[in-house]
Amino acid sequence: MKVIVCVKQIPDPALPGELDPSTNYLKRDDKLILDESDSYGVEMALQLVEAAGGGDVSLVSMAPNGEVGGLRTALAMGAEDAVLVSDSALAGTDALGTAKVLSAAISRMSPDLILAGVESSDGYTGTVPEMIAGALNMPSITFAKQIRVEGSTVMVQRQTEAGYDDVECPTPALVSVTAGVVEPRYPSFKGIMAAKKKHVEELDLDALGIDSSAVGKDGARQETIRVTDAEARQAGEVVEDQGDAHEKIIEFLGELKVI
Amino acid sequence: MSIDTILVFAEGDESGPSGLTLELMTAARSLATNVEAFVAGDGASMADELGAHGASKVFSTGPLEGRLIGVHAAAALQAQIEANTPDAVFFGQTPDGRDTAARLAVRIDQPVVTNNVGASFEDGVLVVEEPVFGGTQNVFTAFRNDGPALALFRPKSFEAEPTGGGSAEVVGVEAVDPGVAGSAVVTGRHAEERSGPQLDDAAVVVSGGRGLGQPEAYAMIDELAGLLGAASGASRAIVDAGWVPYAKQVGQTGKVVKPNLYVACGISGATQHLVGMKGSKNIIAINKDPEAPIFGVADLGIVGDVHKVIPALIEALRSR
Repeated sequence: MKVIVCVKQIPDPALPGELDPSTNYLKRDDKLILDESDSYGVEMALQLVEAAGGGDVSLVSMAPNGEVGGLRTALAMGAEDAVLVSDSALAGTDALGTAKVLSAAISRMSPDLILAGVESSDGYTGTVPEMIAGALNMPSITFAKQIRVEGSTVMVQRQTEAGYDDVECPTPALVSVTAGVVEPRYPSFKGIMAAKKKHVEELDLDALGIDSSAVGKDGARQETIRVTDAEARQAGEVVEDQGDAHEKIIEFLGELKVI
Repeated sequence: MSIDTILVFAEGDESGPSGLTLELMTAARSLATNVEAFVAGDGASMADELGAHGASKVFSTGPLEGRLIGVHAAAALQAQIEANTPDAVFFGQTPDGRDTAARLAVRIDQPVVTNNVGASFEDGVLVVEEPVFGGTQNVFTAFRNDGPALALFRPKSFEAEPTGGGSAEVVGVEAVDPGVAGSAVVTGRHAEERSGPQLDDAAVVVSGGRGLGQPEAYAMIDELAGLLGAASGASRAIVDAGWVPYAKQVGQTGKVVKPNLYVACGISGATQHLVGMKGSKNIIAINKDPEAPIFGVADLGIVGDVHKVIPALIEALRSR
């Protein structure tokens, strides 16, 4: 079984984010890391291939400047190889443009299953996986909290507001996985060493036959016209508990007429 | 000058359209002279309320039971858009809303802007507003495409208000077969048991996070919620860890709540969480880390151990 995992490399979410004032794009000056949301897809793919008794897991990613830091993490977890689409024209690409690029890369690889995180931790549009399925004219199941593959059918527990639905479709298919669906493994030392030698194929837009006008700012056909500071909430009183903090809370609840 | 027609992707169930759908209807009405609704399913049961919220027409595909609807909805929507050329299509930021908008975007090759909380009409184009960095900044995006503006909106971004109008005319639309892409079928549905006030509309919400230390400690969140007539919620960390079901998650990926009072217990206040609750009227936070970002938005912050403060609070409430 061949499983492709779409992974995004993002600025460390623990660091404060900032928009570049000249472009209004998210600043990506620091090292990019594997989006935690995607580590679940990588783990799920590894487990599905193990359960199928064989096969491999390949990664697909897109970044404007040849970044591979996040890919190496996923390779160290156990993925076989990776395709990175990198081109300076990709800066400012929106969700639809991203899906066009990733689907073009995937269409060269004939997978049985494509996995992706439900949404990235920096852009969180939550639309790219479904767009990729659309571009590949493939069935898809979003918001998976459990995945099983039997023969050429993929069976998913799809998270819903009320609980979950059982959903199934034939492969090849795309499934987007929720965070927490599996416990991503920590790369072992051996895995980290092996990852350094694993093949990362770098492709530019020409290699995929994509015109640069379909991506970047032109392809996005939308413009950030202003960025404003949100009205800040005033921090109120902060007190240290000396064993009587609950009284303070009771008093506040009374003021609010909650009690 | 305003927009001519906005089409709203309406969602709901047998009991009628969802609250989010009615919020979108109200927002659309303030921008466009004509608002229409599209229902991927049976539109007849929604026609009264959609009409009362300003829909002139309700386009309905008829039942799509047993299918994952995004692909099918997008195929039918495409035909609808090509026939009636609305200036914009509004979707709720829901699983089916996202699936449908994404599939539609590919079909008609038009961009989608997600996670919006506001919309306006400026210099002849639709402009949408999206909060970023945990809601500390707002990004305003203008559509520059040659085609309908596709926009998704977060729940509770607008206040739903009826117009007092009558039922909308229901217009059946042809289902369009999307072929193999539409082959996902729903074979079973499982609903988790729910009791007490619902997160979406509770006046008070009590939420727990990783600071609780262990799954069993969530029982005191439920108990405190019970004493305050509140709904209980959770941060993403403990939902991911499997302590409580996803239905309780407050935040970017979960529910957006705007109660009169939000009580955050053992929640540090990651961006992910703040986005879902900082619109609350009043906020109480209990956390042992004095540097926790949650204190930046709390009206009353208690630096302390949830395992001491909450039991003492429960005891005090019980003895009243």
